[in-house]
Amino acid sequence: MSLFSGKNREYLLGPLSKNNPVLVQILGICSTLAVTVKLENALVMGLSVTAVTAFSNVILSLLRNTIPNRIRIIVQLVVVAALVIIVDQLLKAYAYEVSKQLSVYVGLIITNCIIMGRIEAFALANKPWPSLLDGIGNGLGYTVILAIMGFIRELFGSGTLFGAQIVPQGWFVANGGAYMNNGLMIMPAASLILVGLIIWIHRSKNRDLIEK
Amino acid sequence: MENLLNIFVKSIFIDNMIFAYFLGMCSYLAVSKTVKTSFGLGIAVIFVLVITVPVNYLLDNYVLKAGALDWLLGAEAASIDLSFLSFIMFIAIIAAMTQLVEMIVEKFAPTLYNQLGIFLPLIAVNCAIMGASLFMQQRGYANVWEATTYGLGSGIGWLLAIVCIAAIREKLKYSNIPAPLRGVGITFIVTGLMSISFMSFMGIDLSKLKGDKAETETAIQASPAQQTEEATTAIAEADLEAVTEKTTE
Repeated sequence: MSLFSGKNREYLLGPLSKNNPVLVQILGICSTLAVTVKLENALVMGLSVTAVTAFSNVILSLLRNTIPNRIRIIVQLVVVAALVIIVDQLLKAYAYEVSKQLSVYVGLIITNCIIMGRIEAFALANKPWPSLLDGIGNGLGYTVILAIMGFIRELFGSGTLFGAQIVPQGWFVANGGAYMNNGLMIMPAASLILVGLIIWIHRSKNRDLIEK
Repeated sequence: MENLLNIFVKSIFIDNMIFAYFLGMCSYLAVSKTVKTSFGLGIAVIFVLVITVPVNYLLDNYVLKAGALDWLLGAEAASIDLSFLSFIMFIAIIAAMTQLVEMIVEKFAPTLYNQLGIFLPLIAVNCAIMGASLFMQQRGYANVWEATTYGLGSGIGWLLAIVCIAAIREKLKYSNIPAPLRGVGITFIVTGLMSISFMSFMGIDLSKLKGDKAETETAIQASPAQQTEEATTAIAEADLEAVTEKTTE
C-alpha cells in the first residue's frame, strides 16, 4: 500500500488538526466567516472548496513543469476560475436554494487563499497523487471548521439544525417558555469571535503552535 | 448626487468590506502588524478598486449580460447570455489591471511604487477586489459613476478597518494576553468587537434625508410609548432578519 504510506497519510490527515488551513495556516478566512449562519450552507461550501482544491492541485501539479515561472499566477487563476465556474453551474442546477444564499461567496472561491496557497506551497513542487491527497486533506480541514461554526451558529442563533427545529417550540418566550434565540450568533461579529475562541481552544491543546 | 453620496457612505460604514462581509481577511490579518505598512496596503487596495470596479462594470454591461451585445450585433443578440463567464473575465481583468497599475505607477510615481512595494502584485488575489466586482454585478448599479463611487467607498472602508486594527495591535503588544490567544486569536476577537461597533452605522440612509424627514421624526417619537416587551422583541426580530438577509445575500 504505497499509495497510503506514512508520508501520504500525513498529507491527508495533517490538515485536519495539526496543520489546519483555517486555524494554523490562517487561509480562507473570508468564506469561513460569511457562510456559516446555517449548517447546510457551511457543508455545501466546504465540499465545493474541497473539490476545487483537489482538482486544481492535481491539474497544476501535472502542468508544473511546463508553466513559465513569471506567468504562473495567471495560469493558476485561469485553472481555478474554470473549476469554480463548473462548481457554480452544478450548484445552480442541483442546489439552487443554497447557491442563492451563498451568492457571491461561490465566485469568491477563486480568490480563496486556501486554493492559491496550497497550489503555491505544495502542488507546484509535488507529484499529482500527493497533491490530490493534500488538496482533499486541506479541503476537509476547512470543512471541519465550517461545520463546527455552522453547528454552533445555527443551533444557538435560530434553534435549528439543517433547517429542522431542535429547540422545542414550547421553550420559546412566545409560547410561554423562557428561551430566546441568541441574536448575536447570526450577526457577522459572532463568527469572528467564535473563530477567535476556536483558535484559543485549539492552541491550548497544541501548545507548540502558540505565537511568541 | 445624493445617490452617489449615499452609495459612498454606505460602502464605507454600513457595507464595510471587513466588518460586514469579511472580504480581504487574509491580507488584513497578515499585514496589520504596523500602521505604516497597513496604510500602504490600504492605499494600494483603493487604487486597484477604483480602476477594476468600473472596468468590470462596463465589461458586464456591454459584453456579458443577457442582451448586452445589442450595441454590436443588433437586436438578434438579445438571446446571447455570457454571464456564466463573468468569474473568469473579472479575475482576468483584475490580474491584468493590477499588472498595468503596477507598471504605470512604477513609471510615473516611483516614490509611491517603492512605498507600495510587494503589496501591489499581491492584490490580484485579495478577495476584497473580486468581491467588490461581484457585489457590483449583483446590486446592478445604474451607471458607471455609481460603480466607481462604490469601488472608492469600499476601498476607503477597507483602509479604515486595516489601519484601526493595526493601531490596536501595536498597543496590544504590551498587554498580558493568555498565551494561546496571542497573535491571530486576539486579533479575531478584537475585530469581532469592532464589527459590533460598526453595526451602529446600520440605520444610516441618506436617501431619506430630504423627503420624509417628518415621517421618521414622528416614528421616533412614537416608539418609546409602545416600548412593551412584545414590540421590542418584534423590532429585534425584524432587525435580525434584516441582518441575516444581508449576510446571506
